[in-house]
Amino acid sequence: MSAATDAPSAPTRGDRPEGRHGDPNRLGHGTVPISEQGPAPKRIVVAYGFWIFLLSDFVMFSGFFAAYAVLVGATAGGPTGADVFELPLVAAETVLLLLSSFACGLAGVATVQRSTRWFQVAMAATAVLGAGFLACELYEFTHLIGEGAGPGRSAFLSAFFALVGCHGVHVTIGLIWLTTMMAQVRAKGFRDDILRRIACFSLFWHALDIIWVALFTVVYLMGAGGA
Amino acid sequence: MTGLRSIETGHSSPVFGKLSWDAIPFSEPLPLVAGGLVGAGLVALLAWVWRRGYMPYLWKEWITSVDHKKIGIMYCTLAAVMLLRGFSDALLMRSQQAIAYNSPGYLPPDHYDQIFSAHGTIMIFFVAMPFMIGLMNFVLPLQLGIRDVAFPTLNSVSLWLTAVGALLVNMSLVIGEFARTGWVVYPPLSELRFSPGVGVDYYLWAIQISGVGTLLSGVNLVTTILKMRAPGMGYSRMPMFCWTSLATNLLIVAAFPILTATLAMLTLDRYLGFHFFTNEAGGNQMMFVNLIWAWGHPEVYILILPAFGIFSEVVSTFSGKPLFGYRSMILATMVICLLSFMVWLHHFFTMGAGADVNGFFGITTMIIAVPTGVKVFNWLFTMYGGRIRFTTPMLWSVGFMVTFVIGGMTGVLLAVPPADFVLHNSVFLVAHFHNVIIGGVLFGAFAGTTYWWPKAFGFTLDETWGKRAFWFWITGFYVAFMPLYVLGLMGMTRRLQHYDVPGWQPWLITAGVGALLILCGIACQIRMIWVSVRDRHRLADLSGDPWDGRTLEWITSSPPPPFNFATLPRVEGEEAYWDVKSRARDRRQLSDLPDYDRFEMPRNSPTGFVTAFFATGMGFALVWHIWWLVIAGFLGAWATFVVFAWRDEPDYEVTAEEAEAIDRDRRAAKAKLLDIPAERPA
Repeated sequence: MSAATDAPSAPTRGDRPEGRHGDPNRLGHGTVPISEQGPAPKRIVVAYGFWIFLLSDFVMFSGFFAAYAVLVGATAGGPTGADVFELPLVAAETVLLLLSSFACGLAGVATVQRSTRWFQVAMAATAVLGAGFLACELYEFTHLIGEGAGPGRSAFLSAFFALVGCHGVHVTIGLIWLTTMMAQVRAKGFRDDILRRIACFSLFWHALDIIWVALFTVVYLMGAGGA
Repeated sequence: MTGLRSIETGHSSPVFGKLSWDAIPFSEPLPLVAGGLVGAGLVALLAWVWRRGYMPYLWKEWITSVDHKKIGIMYCTLAAVMLLRGFSDALLMRSQQAIAYNSPGYLPPDHYDQIFSAHGTIMIFFVAMPFMIGLMNFVLPLQLGIRDVAFPTLNSVSLWLTAVGALLVNMSLVIGEFARTGWVVYPPLSELRFSPGVGVDYYLWAIQISGVGTLLSGVNLVTTILKMRAPGMGYSRMPMFCWTSLATNLLIVAAFPILTATLAMLTLDRYLGFHFFTNEAGGNQMMFVNLIWAWGHPEVYILILPAFGIFSEVVSTFSGKPLFGYRSMILATMVICLLSFMVWLHHFFTMGAGADVNGFFGITTMIIAVPTGVKVFNWLFTMYGGRIRFTTPMLWSVGFMVTFVIGGMTGVLLAVPPADFVLHNSVFLVAHFHNVIIGGVLFGAFAGTTYWWPKAFGFTLDETWGKRAFWFWITGFYVAFMPLYVLGLMGMTRRLQHYDVPGWQPWLITAGVGALLILCGIACQIRMIWVSVRDRHRLADLSGDPWDGRTLEWITSSPPPPFNFATLPRVEGEEAYWDVKSRARDRRQLSDLPDYDRFEMPRNSPTGFVTAFFATGMGFALVWHIWWLVIAGFLGAWATFVVFAWRDEPDYEVTAEEAEAIDRDRRAAKAKLLDIPAERPA
């Protein structure tokens, strides 16, 4: 809400023109404590709110992680993780997802440079790599179901499909968001509100990496090792 | 329910999914008549609104509003309406149990089970939650001295998604059925094998959709409190209600995602044949119970903490004293916030986790009574030596203190695992949680509503009818629930449709009389609102400060302008408005004229309402397996967000002159209130 930033009696924040480096919002300066400086600028408020949302998303994933940990041994006579996980495929998925995040980072650089062309190129690369990740995951899922190791086989496989699938659903939503952002930058340019949304998208995309790192370790590495 | 046979056999068409004429319970007159009456009432109301030409007003000023005050009022209205629905369920249950000694009563088991499930679901998710979120929405920005919440349009989305959940639960009354599993849908009973109908699905989608709304509200309000306070309002200067709201919203952010995940797992079991909680293939029912209470216990504090905040404000204001032990109150609040995540297992000591585990959770549960006790003593010491005015909000607060302490003590009793083994699942437990939820949350909601009503509407509520309502409610509460403690000790389990123990009936009849007394209390409240609206000129609050308040919401006018404050107040102490008021009294003049400046406010947006429209379609379609409608609903919701994201002018401007003109009237009213000379127009 920009009304907040325009608050007439809000003290010193933003006195100096914003520099690109250092501490553009002057969070660590001034005689007035940060908590008493009045409403934060909208850029901060939006990113902060989105962080809070991401934390709640992590909590949701932790629910699925907990369920997986409880049910990992409940194979009901069906296959275990060591029987079904194919680490080379998962390694390829991981590479695709991490490269996709690197491309997303480049889109951030292009945004700072206000380069629409490079933004679109980097975002397109992000999308293609993300879609490649999803394709691998879909292949894995259909392959498992075809082998009779679908989510209905055992509680272990239910927990596996739900946890990995929940991450996949997030990537899918991310792709919808990403393409919408590309269209929006094309139509509207780097408006302030769009810059804030790009920042949020970037946070979201990197957060999915963090989840994947945990997932890769807990599900695939520990599972394939038979631990 | 015989009509559901075809639904349960899984017949499904591509256009209507599982939906057919069999879904309407023609064989059961009660829900049909009730649903018909409510439907007719709604149609009549809409027709009246339309005929009087209020539709554009309703659309522009309310439905599409992103003003936190109006959203707060709409949340509370939703809660009040749903309270009537939930209470009528309560009357049905009390009357059934009063007559069902050695007799089937008048409600068949199938219907009775739906009633107690709907009663719990509605009272928690669509009465207590929206009441508290509504009051937080209305009050927080005013107390923090700012112009709106962090994300105003998102706020509107949250409200309407909550309304979708309530709508879906009510639709289940006439189209299909509601869950017959109790309000926390324990598997395996809630699995497809034992609950093949759509009842549990209605529950799941209603709670998931409204849960998204609640989560977004939590994110919004946490951000608002932590990042958007008036200049000078450091953490140790925030009013107590802001602190307890912060704790509540932190709990929402940390706990509701667990509910989302848990219900998603049950949904996968029911829709796609997963085996999280089934009897077969390694499913684990106790995992559901653990997960749902990992959300459910923090949820208890999500409900009660805002009420604690309300009582803190009310007690301080009407005792004419600053809150006693402000810092210890903050500490107690945050300790409760933390501990609320460490007690969930006390909901199922009988699981058999062993003496050590039960002992640990029993002790943490008892420890949580300590900060709560700190709070009670702080309120008592705030009153001690004060000039207490026994207005209606203060009556609710004192009634709360007495009642809540009793409820708290029976809670500590239940926290002793061996005692819990005897009392688990008995009506003793039912009495306990009604004791804390009615005596705590609901009394808090009523105290808050009466206290802030003049701020919202510009006139106070009628005290006579308010006090009558209080006395009926509190007497009714004791008459209705004390017998349940006795019955619990006599061994009566909860959720009984009929029984054959002659000694129980007198107590159950007494409880039924108590419910009727509460009904009188509700009637008094409706009368109170009616009388107050009729006499609004006599009851008008012209000064914006009818109670001699201490916090910033009373510095602005009643009702406040859309932007709350022409200039953001500058806070210099714990009681921001009291400081300003005292200084003006001492100096015999108002504070200096501020420099007015232009600022921007968010434009209204239909995004929330339109999203809710599509979410309703999606939820209904998911319940009935109408897959094309699910896809259409999703695309519609996505398109709504795109349209919202594409708009070019999200804000409108308020000029310095407009702000000054409105503020001049406010200052004149304040001068009159303090009986000091008004300034000449600048």
